[in-house]
Amino acid sequence: MLASIGKLNRHQEKMAYVFITPTLLLFAIFTVIPVVMALYLSFTNYDVLSRMDWVALDNYKRLFKDSLYWTTFKNVIFYSIIFVPLNILFSLGLAMLMNFKRFGIRLFRTLNYLPTLTSAVAAATVWIWLLHPEFGLVNNILGWFGITGPAWLAQTETAMPSIIMVTLWQSIGSNMVIYIAGLQGVPDYLYESAKLDGASAFARFRYITWPQLRPTTFLISTMAIIGALQLFDQAFVLTQGGPGNVTKTPVYLIYQQGFKQLQMGYASAQAFVLAIAILIFSLINMRINKAEEPVV
Amino acid sequence: MDTTIEPNAGTGRLSKPPGVVFGKVAAAALFYIVAILIAAAMFLPFFWSLITSFKPSDEIFSVPLRWLPSHFTLEHYIKAFTTVSFGLYFKNSVILAVAGVIANLFFGSLAGYAFAKLSFRGNMPIFRTLLAAMMIPGIVTMIPSFYVLRHFPLLGGNDLFGSGGMGLLNSFWGIILPGASGTFAVFFMRQFFLTLPSDMMEVARIEGCGEFRIFWNIYLPLTKPALATLSIFTFQAGWNSFLWPMIVLNDPDKATIQMGLQAFSYNNQTDYGPMMAGALIAILPILVLFLLLQKYFVQGIAFSGIKG
Repeated sequence: MLASIGKLNRHQEKMAYVFITPTLLLFAIFTVIPVVMALYLSFTNYDVLSRMDWVALDNYKRLFKDSLYWTTFKNVIFYSIIFVPLNILFSLGLAMLMNFKRFGIRLFRTLNYLPTLTSAVAAATVWIWLLHPEFGLVNNILGWFGITGPAWLAQTETAMPSIIMVTLWQSIGSNMVIYIAGLQGVPDYLYESAKLDGASAFARFRYITWPQLRPTTFLISTMAIIGALQLFDQAFVLTQGGPGNVTKTPVYLIYQQGFKQLQMGYASAQAFVLAIAILIFSLINMRINKAEEPVV
Repeated sequence: MDTTIEPNAGTGRLSKPPGVVFGKVAAAALFYIVAILIAAAMFLPFFWSLITSFKPSDEIFSVPLRWLPSHFTLEHYIKAFTTVSFGLYFKNSVILAVAGVIANLFFGSLAGYAFAKLSFRGNMPIFRTLLAAMMIPGIVTMIPSFYVLRHFPLLGGNDLFGSGGMGLLNSFWGIILPGASGTFAVFFMRQFFLTLPSDMMEVARIEGCGEFRIFWNIYLPLTKPALATLSIFTFQAGWNSFLWPMIVLNDPDKATIQMGLQAFSYNNQTDYGPMMAGALIAILPILVLFLLLQKYFVQGIAFSGIKG
């Protein structure tokens, strides 16, 4: 009897490994090997065409003197500092509004969610037209109020804010849904008893909603930071990194350096430094949100 | 759930003086005004590009702007398909996105089932490793993955040691394989399988049912809502991806729809009419899929534990 149970368990165990083999193979080939290799390549002069040589820290030395690289870093940090808090503010505000049980609420939620479904490229393409200085809808609407709108994507002061606007439009819908799920997880009795104690709406938000949503906010802000520091699609389509490199991002530069100029060793070093920056910002975010437990 | 707007909350419980009723009506009005304004702002870009795509060319550039065209024309759609190989790009994207969905549904649920329902020694350590890897930013693996594809042994003219040819570059496999069993798919399906009871498994085993049949015939059919949700997520990711296909596929005949959209805006003289038509065509499949599977989708999001 015991022997047959053991046999059954062993069989089960064997089948389990068979079931996860395809996933693990792909994981090994396209995640584990590349991560190890990224580090290795960053110490070489790999350029696809000629022989790959070990150049030790040369790429990193070059990188620290590369002013364009640090410009792209500055750009994307500027972007993140504005984008991430606004993203949380808007998506939480929208979620609280969309959490009311009212007639037609599903239609409103769907409309707010729609931009999230679209590809960054298609959305950015649409916005190129909306932000057209003369014939674009945005400047025409501003015109109704007597404001002469700027040449959004062509001016250095407005290019990055334009990208922030477009990416916010595209991302708050999905975060709204996550926040709605979070809001519905807050137990009702907390609000009931707070009301009995005469807590104001603001106090209820401050002392119940916001703390209860901490894991959700942590999740959303982490994903937003990871995404923001890897900004590429919108910057590529809307402004091609211009005007004057103000919207060029590290991923954009890595793409150019690695796949256009084929300096893959150097591009790997750039990618590695960016990854470390993403890690650092995620850790800072973890501190700010005081998340003691992992989210996933 | 709190359905009243704040100032009157809790006061109108026993009797309802006129002030409270008025307050409720005002609150509802305020809600609808704000909600409609926001929804309109979110929807306006779609509406405006739709209008643009149906306008005759000369009316696209009119000051002051016209909301409705004098007559609807399909010339921009025709132009999108004739001057640019948009039909081909569309087909390529469909192939890639559908292949991605099928692969992820199968491998993701297979692995997810194993992690949720089968006990084996490596279960938790391996699963945790997969999860931790989700945090690795895509940019790190981009260049080495390119290297791996290029030097894939025995494929695309390569020898056993991966040199000589182009490997999987410029082939659809270079897009499909790296994402064929995404960690998210595994995680998502595992969460769903965990909610299903295990006793069906025991009964089936006693009846002499093989492990794969238990998975395929008994458990998998129960996960339809999860599979539907995962289909949307995966299709959306595949359909919308841009940078990786741009890196792997150099042959213009293999370009995807997102890459094709670029064809309208690369030249300095942008053709806005066909460009808007192209953008809308690029959005349409996702929209249709979403509307068809919306019911599952909402369940799936609420369910997937995303709320933390």
